[in-house]
Amino acid sequence: MKLTGAEIVIQTLIEQGVTDVFGYPGGQVLNIYDALYKESDKINHILTAHEQGASHAADGYSRVTGKVGVCIATSGPGATNLVTGIATAMLDSIPMVAITGNVPSSLIGKDSFQEIDITGITLPITKHNYFVHRVEDLADSIREAFRIAKSGRPGPVLIDIPKDVQVAACEFEPKPIAEKFPLPVASQNKIDEAIGLINASERPYIYIGGGAAGLGMGKQIEALAARIGAYIGCTFMGLSAVNEDCDRFLGMQGMHGHYASSMAQKEADLILAVGVRFSDRATGDTKKFAVNSKIIQLDPDFSEINKNINVDVGIIGDVADSFARIAEGAEARDRAPWRETVEALRADEQRFTAEAEQASQAPLTPKQVFDVLNEEKPPRTVIATDVGQHQMWTAQYVKFDGPRRFVSSGGLGTMGFGLGAAIGAQVATGDCTVLITGDGSFGMNLNELATTVSYNLPVIIVLMNNGVLGMVRQWQTLFFGKRYSNTVLGRQTDFVKLAEAFGATGYRVSTPEEFREAFRKAKEANGPVLIDTLIDKDAFVLPMLPPGGSIDDIIVRK
Amino acid sequence: MDKKNQFVIAVYVDNQFGVLTRVTSMFTRRGFNIDALTVGETESPAYSRITISLSGDGYAREQLINQLRKLYNVKKVEVLEEDCIQRELMLIKVKNTAEYRAEVLSAVDVYRAKVIDYTVDGMCIEITGDPSKIDAFIKLMNFYGIIIEMCRTGIVALERGSNTLLNK
Repeated sequence: MKLTGAEIVIQTLIEQGVTDVFGYPGGQVLNIYDALYKESDKINHILTAHEQGASHAADGYSRVTGKVGVCIATSGPGATNLVTGIATAMLDSIPMVAITGNVPSSLIGKDSFQEIDITGITLPITKHNYFVHRVEDLADSIREAFRIAKSGRPGPVLIDIPKDVQVAACEFEPKPIAEKFPLPVASQNKIDEAIGLINASERPYIYIGGGAAGLGMGKQIEALAARIGAYIGCTFMGLSAVNEDCDRFLGMQGMHGHYASSMAQKEADLILAVGVRFSDRATGDTKKFAVNSKIIQLDPDFSEINKNINVDVGIIGDVADSFARIAEGAEARDRAPWRETVEALRADEQRFTAEAEQASQAPLTPKQVFDVLNEEKPPRTVIATDVGQHQMWTAQYVKFDGPRRFVSSGGLGTMGFGLGAAIGAQVATGDCTVLITGDGSFGMNLNELATTVSYNLPVIIVLMNNGVLGMVRQWQTLFFGKRYSNTVLGRQTDFVKLAEAFGATGYRVSTPEEFREAFRKAKEANGPVLIDTLIDKDAFVLPMLPPGGSIDDIIVRK
Repeated sequence: MDKKNQFVIAVYVDNQFGVLTRVTSMFTRRGFNIDALTVGETESPAYSRITISLSGDGYAREQLINQLRKLYNVKKVEVLEEDCIQRELMLIKVKNTAEYRAEVLSAVDVYRAKVIDYTVDGMCIEITGDPSKIDAFIKLMNFYGIIIEMCRTGIVALERGSNTLLNK
């Protein structure tokens, strides 16, 4: 059948299994939106308040489902507003397809109204991108974009379509959903080498990253740890891969990681790294990282092996397959001395945490917020965050109960990510979705409150309000002589009234009891609720490894 | 420059609009420092061949190759063997003076270069060879202090024998 380019865009999205898209119309995507209008029973379009919100929503949608998130924007400013969202997806390896319109080919290169070279701009922040010159190439470009986005180590792909290509027509035949490129299968030699190292180790530490978080490997990881007497730690991106109630799980390690997890990693003589990329926030000084350990690294991306950390065995390929084969060959052992070492570290950690809680005079501490949240949150709750102290407290304290339940910008650290992402996650799952945010981050994209109200999305926004840019202020306290340059906000925003102005519900709380009550009401509400949660501006995220420092420099007390 | 750490990489890429930008943008982004880069047609119309010469340790070489292979339009990446055939072309414009004319012309003869333009005050010389030969010729012209302008193409290189990189 003969279709226009705009119709081909929508038919190819349908063909690729897309049911929800996030976007914002404009001059150069009018044709695409017109084609979308005719297929609105097959594709649900969420209109955000800003294109950045659409890009984060597509990202959040992908993080909770594993599907490719899709966002649409017009040329020029529409396209540039996607940039932060695309970069966020790139750094966290999130599959996304961004579709932008551009001015007609005859106007390209002439600084036309709302013309921008978005493929040039997004070159370093996409896995690949396309400028479609001919309508005949359009369908296959979109198919290829989906294939690239989800294959191997996933990531964002952008397709820029000039207006005349949307208008032109050509033959279109639907094709099956694009298959992923096959991953290499790890050689048995490498697997045997890894098994040998594990069996020879006395203090094994299984180290889970974002590359494993979405694969649903939690049970296998827990089983292997229990069988061989290993402990499990994770990176920030690896959170929610393993259930927090697993007794072998020590939590996140690294800059703001759990004391016991970071220390156990230092003490380990073997690290089995599954889908991690040894980011600087996780390793600190690479020269001092895991110097006593043999390291086995499983990753689908060959360029990650030996990039930041030299490893003893690098295994490229399907992480789940490699892990399963290694687990099969690893011998069951108790490793009691290792258990004693780690349990002692855990006791230390509990002591530090208790001391910090007792030292606080505040009527509501961050930990109390999360204690209540953990008790009150329904099963399978999605937790989204923005970036800053609240994000690290979330990483430290939230008890995740399943994979793909944690939605947060790890690599890029995008303040303003959370609300859009929470919208995407809620649309995707329909499950209880809680956004933990701060007054700094929330201020960046709070316009998306309008979207939560328009679509009546029951997102619970826990706004940890301390009136300052807490994380930057913490660094200023520790490393800049308490010179609080531009981190005291001094804003007079009334977040309860703000929520109400948007048509949402707002509560203000300043004690654990008030928070519990407000959270219970929010769960019952059939729509967005903001809980303005007042906390102390001097609350710290601890422990902390100073930037560029190592585990030996860990700060556990204020 | 440490010659022993120099290596030459040949890359087959899709012969498409914008592919060279993707490759060079990756070098900038990842902080790779390139000595020379050439690009041109190949035996297959579907591909262009990029020849990159650079210096660096084993880590830099591994990283460069890995990052190149990740680019979607890159089809083949090979570090060429040390004994590969390398050629470069240079056009160099020198002053035509009575004092050095004879020296320049005999250098052209010895280096098997060619004078391709000859005017009352200048000569343009074309020279091809491996990069060290070109370097030596420049050094000689510098000794006379007569270089006006020059440009080099960068290396093109093929491995010896009948193998092709695409089939390797």
